[in-house]
Amino acid sequence: MDPQTIIARRVAKELRSGDLVNLGIGIPTLVASYVPTDLKVFFQSENGLIGTGPIPEQGLAHPTLTDAGGRPISALPGASTFDSAMSFGLIRGGHVDVTVLGGLQVDAHGHLANWMIPGKMVPGMGGAMDLVSGAKRVIVAMQHAAKGKSKIVAKCSLPLTSARPVNLVVTDLAVIGFADGRATLLETAPGVTIGEVMAATEADLLVGDHVPEMMI
Amino acid sequence: MKAISLEEAVAMIPAGASVMVGGFMGVGTPERLLDEVVRQKKSGLSLICNDAAIPGKGVGKLFDAALVARLTATHIGLNPKAQQQMLANQIVVDLVPQGTFVERIRAGGCGLGGVLTPTGVGTLVAQGKREIEVDGKPFLLETALRAQFALVHAFLADYLGNLAYALTSRNFNPVMAMAADTVIVTAENIVPIGVIAPDHVVTPAPLVDYLITNG
Repeated sequence: MDPQTIIARRVAKELRSGDLVNLGIGIPTLVASYVPTDLKVFFQSENGLIGTGPIPEQGLAHPTLTDAGGRPISALPGASTFDSAMSFGLIRGGHVDVTVLGGLQVDAHGHLANWMIPGKMVPGMGGAMDLVSGAKRVIVAMQHAAKGKSKIVAKCSLPLTSARPVNLVVTDLAVIGFADGRATLLETAPGVTIGEVMAATEADLLVGDHVPEMMI
Repeated sequence: MKAISLEEAVAMIPAGASVMVGGFMGVGTPERLLDEVVRQKKSGLSLICNDAAIPGKGVGKLFDAALVARLTATHIGLNPKAQQQMLANQIVVDLVPQGTFVERIRAGGCGLGGVLTPTGVGTLVAQGKREIEVDGKPFLLETALRAQFALVHAFLADYLGNLAYALTSRNFNPVMAMAADTVIVTAENIVPIGVIAPDHVVTPAPLVDYLITNG
């Protein structure tokens, strides 16, 4: 299984029936594909829709039914639309149960950096800062390392997205939580040892007595 | 509300004006108005829009024609031309978190001086802003945002100027329709009074100054 699929499948297990969920771009978008069909999850698109559905069949796209990247999507039965003030009221106001976001770095205390690389990439934060500030649970879905460098760092060198720590990080190697304010190894990916995770991680990880393998 | 032609409406906008434009990645953007802004070469604009869209679409056309001097937006990552112009210091860009962006405009339209938001506390966004504690929690004071003109796109406009929007093309349009001195609207469909039921009117007619006529 490729790294992105491992991450997306594991994150999908975090969603509960009735949850209002906002997925970021990249790996987070893949999560929707692995949610069991009997699970009633509401997906929000921050451009003003709850109840996003799959990409419509060829020829059925509508120019005013789009995701946050401007790409055509569909709406499921029971969907609702609203303006951007409502959309971000939902996000900042604690009405979104789970947001899944990509990451550039997460540090030992759960701080996330995911919106700019000074001097290189300055696209703007879009909705990321509001999502991390306001969602009830923040899950980061990202590869454990980029170009051989750990993305789980002792301290973020990139500008933070929020002062609020995230709740969970799911990578292709591990699931890491921050319940006590410290990065804690909760699960390892199939076939990956605790030692391999530790070696691939810059931040110090607390390791519990029992670290199960990810269920995917 | 007054119904006027595209040419007349855009002629009212001076070079260097502050202009809010509805839309999200070019969806729900008044394309005809932007085409006319480009045709009349309204330069030095202070643009307030969620994003820079993509070249050739929505407000992306304004960057193609190098008509923007200042941009207040939440994301410009999908428009390489806007990025180039920012990096070359041809435009001054103020990047704002999206929830803060819309609340600043809402405040501007609702007579508020600003809003207190937790978003951005402890980040680069907090630089130069007042942090205010309420019930032990830190918030940033984000000031109201208004413009001389709002360019709005609706799905339905009736003969009085009542507006309704379609699906995800609503986005920032109704909020911007309250936050500018002059509100100019294009609509997919201009319909008789009564076609939009009172409960379905999103932007009430008195907010609309000009409706662009068909054709």
